[in-house]
Amino acid sequence: MDWEAVIGLEVHVQLNTNTKIFCGCRNEFGAEPNTNVCPVCLGFPGVLPVFNQKVLEYAIKVGLALNCRIAGYTKFDRKNYFYPDLPKAYQISQYDMPIATEGWIEIDTENGPKKIGIKRVHMEEDAGKLIHGEGASYVDYNRAGVPLLEIVSQPDISSPEEAYEYLTTLKQIVQYLGVSDCDMEKGSLRCDANVSVRRRGEGKLGTKTEIKNLNSFKGVKSALEYEIRRQISALESGETIQQETRLWDANKGITQSMRSKEEAHDYRYFPEPDLLPIKVDSSTIESLRSELPEMPKARRRRLVEEYKITEYDAKVLCLEKEFADYFEETARLVKNPKKCANLMISILAEQLNQRGISVKDLAVSPEQLSELVNLWDEGKINNLVVKQVLEEMIETGKPAGAIVEEKGLAQVSDEGMLEGLARETIEKNPKVVQDYRSGKKNAVMFLVGQVMKATRGKANPQKVRQLLERLLEEGVG
Amino acid sequence: MGKFDKVDYLARLIRIELSEEEKELFSSQLGDILGYVEQLKEVDISGVEPMYHPLPITNRFRKDEVRPSLDRDKALSNAPEAKDGFFVVPKVIE
Repeated sequence: MDWEAVIGLEVHVQLNTNTKIFCGCRNEFGAEPNTNVCPVCLGFPGVLPVFNQKVLEYAIKVGLALNCRIAGYTKFDRKNYFYPDLPKAYQISQYDMPIATEGWIEIDTENGPKKIGIKRVHMEEDAGKLIHGEGASYVDYNRAGVPLLEIVSQPDISSPEEAYEYLTTLKQIVQYLGVSDCDMEKGSLRCDANVSVRRRGEGKLGTKTEIKNLNSFKGVKSALEYEIRRQISALESGETIQQETRLWDANKGITQSMRSKEEAHDYRYFPEPDLLPIKVDSSTIESLRSELPEMPKARRRRLVEEYKITEYDAKVLCLEKEFADYFEETARLVKNPKKCANLMISILAEQLNQRGISVKDLAVSPEQLSELVNLWDEGKINNLVVKQVLEEMIETGKPAGAIVEEKGLAQVSDEGMLEGLARETIEKNPKVVQDYRSGKKNAVMFLVGQVMKATRGKANPQKVRQLLERLLEEGVG
Repeated sequence: MGKFDKVDYLARLIRIELSEEEKELFSSQLGDILGYVEQLKEVDISGVEPMYHPLPITNRFRKDEVRPSLDRDKALSNAPEAKDGFFVVPKVIE
């Protein structure tokens, strides 16, 4: 039987403001426990929260970038629940009048672009962090009051791959806006998934489950794959799906029911009396709209046009804003931007990954990289050497040209010398030559290897091959 | 259906324990409140704009500027239990 999945995602993004949403405590990750706390975020009696204007600006920018309608009038509400990560026993959030609604983003799927609806974006405060120990739990309220945006998608996502693509696209947009690092490891981006299945063509939605404890985009994909399989096999064997919250266990690769009393959620929302409502006029919205940077989709299109690179290269370059910035700064200085894209996507990206750093941390400036791109493009160094030179540049900060000279890495293009080496190699390897002549044409690759070795990797392998083939056809050896 | 279902439910949500006398008292008081709200529903509000806040003021903001936080010892001083800079609470399991 043919089934289809219906998926909606709830994403929480921590905003990188200087201070918390309702008090002047520092908003920073990794501080000593309970050092960024004050009577307001600890929920002492008699204190009053005051809203951080930056949070409103960031929320409106995100709303605009997600093609949402921005509310002209918005307010906060209290979401009541009792848990030690919440010093006030309520979270200040937004209920029925969120800052932004009815948006969409476009994702790439194997069947082309697809629009995923954004139901709402609302502002709220983060809760504290709990560490569970022997017989006790330990609470750190540094995170309590850190500004969050909750971004809720419509149930328009139909597969784990689409969920992954949605998250990647959303993260990219938020990062381009510069309002959050969106680092799942640090918890500055968190995601819960709602999923149900139904027979293809069925109009009615199936019973959904909510999956929590998703720690990476890959985890979201794996958890959804598992949960969809689980629901389908349950329904096919005549069982019913329980509406419940399930936790993803990344080690076991399964979702498990929470079965906790905390499930009986009744948040008793009511308007927050300690904060005044907010009016957003259209001039504020328009002035924030004019501050929006170029968004990833638009940038991809422009890079293809401006630098004549492929759609694929543009997509990879634009994944991170800093990477795309670095590309453009370098590409403007080189003769062949296509070569620059190649170098960055393959060789540079690999170097960054190996070192676990981002392009921001790179000691090599765009000017320095452009020199390397040009040397490569002009055929002065070959593919093998480019990587070696780049490594050296990253480690020593020396310019590409100096490294090539110092280490004698310039491509050997002296035809006479190469021919000498080729003849020598042919003479030393009669057995291989015989193999070649008896039809094993691939045997020439061994000879190419020998010549490359003799030039310490500095010859152009294609040229060496052509040269060897010519000599062999001419009857040398 | 027990006699104090609603009161028991609320007490559980907010983690308080009530005596039988208190349940009796709150049950009748809550009944009065709910009755009053029922009565309010009878008022004709057609043409009345909904009010979301009793004060006719909007847009009071704070600049995104850091202000001193509490000294940690002070922050922890009222806690029944603290250790290594953390507040310590009875173990809660997700």
